[in-house]
Amino acid sequence: MELTFYIAAAVATIATILTITRYNIIHALLYLVVSFLAVAVVFFTLGAPFMAALEIIIYAGAIVVLIIFVIMMLNLTHEDVDKEKAWLTPRVWVGPAILSLVLLAELAYIILAPDTQPTEALVAVDARVVGMSLYGPYMLGVQLCGILLMAGIVGAYHLGRQKKKVVHRFLQPKEGRSAAI
Amino acid sequence: MTPAHMEAALLLAGVLFMLGLISVLIRRNIIFMLISVEIMLNAAGLAFIVAGSKWVQPDGQVMFIFILTMAAAEVSVGLALILQIYHQLKTLDSDAANLMKG
Repeated sequence: MELTFYIAAAVATIATILTITRYNIIHALLYLVVSFLAVAVVFFTLGAPFMAALEIIIYAGAIVVLIIFVIMMLNLTHEDVDKEKAWLTPRVWVGPAILSLVLLAELAYIILAPDTQPTEALVAVDARVVGMSLYGPYMLGVQLCGILLMAGIVGAYHLGRQKKKVVHRFLQPKEGRSAAI
Repeated sequence: MTPAHMEAALLLAGVLFMLGLISVLIRRNIIFMLISVEIMLNAAGLAFIVAGSKWVQPDGQVMFIFILTMAAAEVSVGLALILQIYHQLKTLDSDAANLMKG
Protein backbone atom coordinates (compact mmCIF):
# COMPACT_ATOMS: atom_id res chain seq x y z
CA MET A 1 0.00 0.00 0.00
CA GLU A 2 2.84 2.35 0.92
CA LEU A 3 4.75 1.67 -2.30
CA THR A 4 1.57 1.99 -4.36
CA PHE A 5 0.95 5.38 -2.85
CA TYR A 6 4.43 6.69 -3.57
CA ILE A 7 4.40 5.44 -7.17
CA ALA A 8 0.96 7.00 -7.77
CA ALA A 9 2.08 10.25 -6.17
CA ALA A 10 5.14 10.40 -8.42
CA VAL A 11 3.02 9.67 -11.50
CA ALA A 12 0.52 12.37 -10.51
CA THR A 13 3.25 14.97 -10.00
CA ILE A 14 5.08 14.19 -13.24
CA ALA A 15 1.86 14.09 -15.27
CA THR A 16 0.76 17.43 -13.84
CA ILE A 17 4.14 19.01 -14.63
CA LEU A 18 3.85 17.69 -18.19
CA THR A 19 0.28 19.04 -18.34
CA ILE A 20 1.24 22.59 -17.50
CA THR A 21 4.24 22.67 -19.85
CA ARG A 22 2.56 21.41 -23.05
CA TYR A 23 1.94 23.74 -25.97
CA ASN A 24 -0.78 21.60 -27.55
CA ILE A 25 -4.01 21.57 -25.52
CA ILE A 26 -4.99 18.02 -26.49
CA HIS A 27 -1.62 16.66 -25.31
CA ALA A 28 -2.04 18.57 -22.06
CA LEU A 29 -5.50 17.05 -21.57
CA LEU A 30 -4.18 13.53 -22.11
CA TYR A 31 -1.57 14.09 -19.41
CA LEU A 32 -4.30 15.60 -17.23
CA VAL A 33 -6.30 12.37 -17.50
CA VAL A 34 -3.21 10.42 -16.39
CA SER A 35 -2.82 12.80 -13.46
CA PHE A 36 -6.46 12.31 -12.40
CA LEU A 37 -6.12 8.53 -12.63
CA ALA A 38 -3.03 8.65 -10.42
CA VAL A 39 -4.87 10.81 -7.88
CA ALA A 40 -7.68 8.23 -7.95
CA VAL A 41 -5.12 5.55 -7.00
CA VAL A 42 -3.99 7.81 -4.15
CA PHE A 43 -7.62 8.01 -2.96
CA PHE A 44 -7.76 4.23 -3.04
CA THR A 45 -4.67 3.89 -0.89
CA LEU A 46 -6.15 6.42 1.54
CA GLY A 47 -9.19 4.20 2.09
CA ALA A 48 -11.74 6.07 -0.04
CA PRO A 49 -12.62 3.69 -2.89
CA PHE A 50 -15.95 5.36 -3.71
CA MET A 51 -14.22 8.70 -4.14
CA ALA A 52 -11.65 7.04 -6.43
CA ALA A 53 -14.50 5.86 -8.67
CA LEU A 54 -16.09 9.34 -8.63
CA GLU A 55 -12.75 10.93 -9.49
CA ILE A 56 -12.41 8.74 -12.56
CA ILE A 57 -16.03 9.08 -13.68
CA ILE A 58 -16.49 12.80 -13.19
CA TYR A 59 -13.02 14.38 -13.46
CA ALA A 60 -11.30 12.09 -15.96
CA GLY A 61 -14.56 11.33 -17.73
CA ALA A 62 -17.08 14.14 -17.81
CA ILE A 63 -15.02 17.29 -17.26
CA VAL A 64 -12.13 16.39 -19.59
CA VAL A 65 -14.56 15.26 -22.31
CA LEU A 66 -16.40 18.58 -21.97
CA ILE A 67 -13.16 20.51 -22.46
CA ILE A 68 -12.24 18.34 -25.47
CA PHE A 69 -15.65 19.05 -27.07
CA VAL A 70 -15.13 22.78 -26.68
CA ILE A 71 -11.59 22.57 -28.13
CA MET A 72 -12.97 20.71 -31.12
CA MET A 73 -15.63 23.43 -31.58
CA LEU A 74 -12.91 26.08 -31.60
CA ASN A 75 -11.02 24.59 -34.61
CA LEU A 76 -7.50 25.21 -33.34
CA THR A 77 -4.60 24.70 -35.74
CA HIS A 78 -0.81 24.57 -35.77
CA GLU A 79 -0.67 28.35 -35.67
CA ASP A 80 -2.21 28.30 -32.21
CA VAL A 81 0.45 25.86 -30.99
CA ASP A 82 3.17 28.14 -32.35
CA LYS A 83 1.50 31.14 -30.73
CA GLU A 84 1.37 29.26 -27.44
CA LYS A 85 5.08 28.51 -27.80
CA ALA A 86 5.79 32.19 -28.32
CA TRP A 87 3.73 33.15 -25.26
CA LEU A 88 5.45 30.79 -22.85
CA THR A 89 8.99 32.15 -22.65
CA PRO A 90 11.28 31.63 -19.63
CA ARG A 91 11.07 35.36 -18.91
CA VAL A 92 7.37 34.84 -18.27
CA TRP A 93 7.39 31.72 -16.15
CA VAL A 94 10.53 31.95 -13.99
CA GLY A 95 9.24 34.60 -11.59
CA PRO A 96 5.87 33.07 -10.63
CA ALA A 97 7.41 29.60 -10.48
CA ILE A 98 10.09 30.66 -7.98
CA LEU A 99 7.60 32.52 -5.79
CA SER A 100 5.22 29.53 -5.77
CA LEU A 101 8.11 27.19 -4.93
CA VAL A 102 8.89 29.35 -1.89
CA LEU A 103 5.26 28.98 -0.75
CA LEU A 104 5.45 25.21 -1.30
CA ALA A 105 8.66 25.00 0.75
CA GLU A 106 6.92 26.75 3.64
CA LEU A 107 3.96 24.37 3.38
CA ALA A 108 6.28 21.35 3.31
CA TYR A 109 8.08 22.63 6.38
CA ILE A 110 4.78 22.98 8.25
CA ILE A 111 3.59 19.50 7.27
CA LEU A 112 6.90 17.73 7.90
CA ALA A 113 7.80 19.59 11.08
CA PRO A 114 8.66 17.03 13.75
CA ASP A 115 5.80 16.33 16.12
CA THR A 116 4.91 12.98 17.58
CA GLN A 117 1.80 11.28 16.30
CA PRO A 118 0.71 7.75 17.07
CA THR A 119 0.84 5.20 14.33
CA GLU A 120 -2.56 3.86 13.45
CA ALA A 121 -3.93 1.30 11.06
CA LEU A 122 -5.70 2.27 7.85
CA VAL A 123 -9.47 2.19 8.26
CA ALA A 124 -11.47 2.53 5.08
CA VAL A 125 -14.49 4.86 5.11
CA ASP A 126 -16.85 3.14 2.73
CA ALA A 127 -19.61 4.56 0.59
CA ARG A 128 -22.37 3.58 3.00
CA VAL A 129 -21.09 5.81 5.79
CA VAL A 130 -20.57 8.64 3.31
CA GLY A 131 -24.12 8.27 2.05
CA MET A 132 -25.56 8.25 5.56
CA SER A 133 -23.64 11.43 6.36
CA LEU A 134 -24.51 13.04 3.02
CA TYR A 135 -28.25 12.56 3.50
CA GLY A 136 -28.16 13.13 7.25
CA PRO A 137 -26.33 16.18 8.60
CA TYR A 138 -25.31 17.45 5.15
CA MET A 139 -28.81 17.47 3.62
CA LEU A 140 -28.72 21.25 3.22
CA GLY A 141 -25.44 21.00 1.37
CA VAL A 142 -26.88 18.47 -1.06
CA GLN A 143 -29.79 20.77 -1.84
CA LEU A 144 -27.43 23.72 -2.30
CA CYS A 145 -25.42 21.57 -4.72
CA GLY A 146 -28.61 20.94 -6.67
CA ILE A 147 -29.29 24.68 -6.86
CA LEU A 148 -25.68 25.28 -7.94
CA LEU A 149 -25.93 22.72 -10.74
CA MET A 150 -29.20 24.25 -11.88
CA ALA A 151 -27.56 27.68 -11.96
CA GLY A 152 -24.66 26.15 -13.88
CA ILE A 153 -26.92 24.68 -16.52
CA VAL A 154 -28.94 27.88 -16.96
CA GLY A 155 -25.80 30.02 -16.96
CA ALA A 156 -23.99 27.84 -19.50
CA TYR A 157 -27.03 27.87 -21.78
CA HIS A 158 -27.46 31.61 -21.50
CA LEU A 159 -23.79 32.42 -22.03
CA GLY A 160 -23.16 29.87 -24.75
CA ARG A 161 -26.09 30.93 -26.93
CA GLN A 162 -25.07 32.40 -30.27
CA LYS A 163 -26.72 35.39 -31.85
CA LYS A 164 -29.13 34.31 -34.55
CA LYS A 165 -27.51 34.57 -38.00
CA VAL A 166 -29.33 36.80 -40.52
CA VAL A 167 -29.35 35.00 -43.83
CA HIS A 168 -30.09 37.86 -46.19
CA ARG A 169 -27.22 40.28 -46.79
CA PHE A 170 -29.44 43.38 -46.82
CA LEU A 171 -30.65 42.48 -43.35
CA GLN A 172 -27.13 42.33 -41.85
CA PRO A 173 -26.43 44.92 -39.17
CA LYS A 174 -23.57 47.08 -40.49
CA GLU A 175 -20.49 45.69 -38.72
CA GLY A 176 -21.67 46.62 -35.28
CA ARG A 177 -20.06 43.78 -33.40
CA SER A 178 -16.58 43.87 -34.90
CA ALA A 179 -16.42 47.66 -34.56
CA ALA A 180 -17.22 47.38 -30.87
CA ILE A 181 -14.16 45.17 -30.37
CA MET B 1 -1.07 3.57 7.99
CA THR B 2 1.99 5.40 9.15
CA PRO B 3 1.97 9.16 9.68
CA ALA B 4 4.66 9.53 6.99
CA HIS B 5 2.23 8.24 4.38
CA MET B 6 -0.41 10.71 5.53
CA GLU B 7 2.01 13.61 5.52
CA ALA B 8 3.25 12.62 2.09
CA ALA B 9 -0.34 12.65 0.83
CA LEU B 10 -0.85 16.16 2.23
CA LEU B 11 2.42 17.17 0.60
CA LEU B 12 1.22 15.74 -2.70
CA ALA B 13 -1.90 17.90 -2.41
CA GLY B 14 0.34 20.91 -1.81
CA VAL B 15 2.56 20.10 -4.79
CA LEU B 16 -0.41 19.66 -7.12
CA PHE B 17 -1.97 22.91 -5.89
CA MET B 18 1.33 24.72 -6.43
CA LEU B 19 1.64 23.36 -9.98
CA GLY B 20 -1.88 24.56 -10.78
CA LEU B 21 -1.11 27.96 -9.27
CA ILE B 22 2.07 28.31 -11.36
CA SER B 23 0.14 27.39 -14.47
CA VAL B 24 -2.58 29.97 -13.78
CA LEU B 25 0.11 32.61 -13.29
CA ILE B 26 2.26 31.88 -16.34
CA ARG B 27 -0.26 30.90 -19.01
CA ARG B 28 -1.96 33.31 -21.36
CA ASN B 29 -4.18 30.76 -23.10
CA ILE B 30 -7.55 30.94 -21.38
CA ILE B 31 -8.29 27.21 -21.74
CA PHE B 32 -5.03 26.36 -20.00
CA MET B 33 -6.01 28.69 -17.16
CA LEU B 34 -9.31 26.80 -16.79
CA ILE B 35 -7.46 23.45 -16.75
CA SER B 36 -5.14 24.81 -14.05
CA VAL B 37 -8.10 25.80 -11.90
CA GLU B 38 -9.32 22.21 -12.24
CA ILE B 39 -5.92 20.94 -11.06
CA MET B 40 -6.08 23.24 -8.03
CA LEU B 41 -9.63 22.15 -7.15
CA ASN B 42 -8.57 18.52 -7.42
CA ALA B 43 -5.64 19.15 -5.08
CA ALA B 44 -7.97 20.77 -2.54
CA GLY B 45 -10.23 17.73 -2.74
CA LEU B 46 -7.24 15.47 -2.15
CA ALA B 47 -6.42 17.40 1.02
CA PHE B 48 -10.02 16.89 2.24
CA ILE B 49 -9.80 13.16 1.54
CA VAL B 50 -6.52 12.92 3.46
CA ALA B 51 -8.07 14.68 6.45
CA GLY B 52 -11.14 12.46 6.35
CA SER B 53 -8.94 9.39 6.19
CA LYS B 54 -6.84 10.62 9.09
CA TRP B 55 -9.78 10.98 11.45
CA VAL B 56 -11.80 8.10 9.94
CA GLN B 57 -14.80 10.36 9.40
CA PRO B 58 -16.99 10.61 6.29
CA ASP B 59 -17.00 14.42 6.32
CA GLY B 60 -13.90 14.69 4.17
CA GLN B 61 -15.45 12.60 1.42
CA VAL B 62 -18.71 14.57 1.65
CA MET B 63 -16.69 17.75 1.13
CA PHE B 64 -14.98 16.12 -1.84
CA ILE B 65 -18.38 15.42 -3.40
CA PHE B 66 -19.30 19.08 -2.94
CA ILE B 67 -16.01 20.16 -4.52
CA LEU B 68 -16.69 17.79 -7.42
CA THR B 69 -20.14 19.32 -7.97
CA MET B 70 -18.71 22.82 -7.81
CA ALA B 71 -15.97 21.92 -10.31
CA ALA B 72 -18.52 20.53 -12.76
CA ALA B 73 -20.71 23.65 -12.56
CA GLU B 74 -17.66 25.90 -12.81
CA VAL B 75 -16.23 24.17 -15.87
CA SER B 76 -19.54 24.32 -17.75
CA VAL B 77 -19.99 28.05 -17.14
CA GLY B 78 -16.30 28.68 -17.82
CA LEU B 79 -16.36 26.85 -21.14
CA ALA B 80 -19.46 28.78 -22.20
CA LEU B 81 -17.59 32.01 -21.40
CA ILE B 82 -14.55 30.80 -23.36
CA LEU B 83 -16.73 30.05 -26.40
CA GLN B 84 -18.27 33.51 -26.16
CA ILE B 85 -14.85 35.21 -25.83
CA TYR B 86 -13.50 33.22 -28.78
CA HIS B 87 -16.42 34.17 -30.99
CA GLN B 88 -16.13 37.84 -30.11
CA LEU B 89 -12.35 38.30 -30.06
CA LYS B 90 -11.23 35.45 -32.39
CA THR B 91 -8.41 34.55 -30.02
CA LEU B 92 -7.80 32.60 -26.81
CA ASP B 93 -5.40 35.23 -25.45
CA SER B 94 -6.64 36.32 -22.03
CA ASP B 95 -4.88 39.67 -22.46
CA ALA B 96 -7.13 40.45 -25.41
CA ALA B 97 -10.15 40.52 -23.10
CA ASN B 98 -9.01 43.50 -21.05
CA LEU B 99 -11.72 45.91 -22.17
CA MET B 100 -14.85 45.89 -20.07
CA LYS B 101 -17.20 46.29 -22.99
CA GLY B 102 -18.58 43.71 -25.30
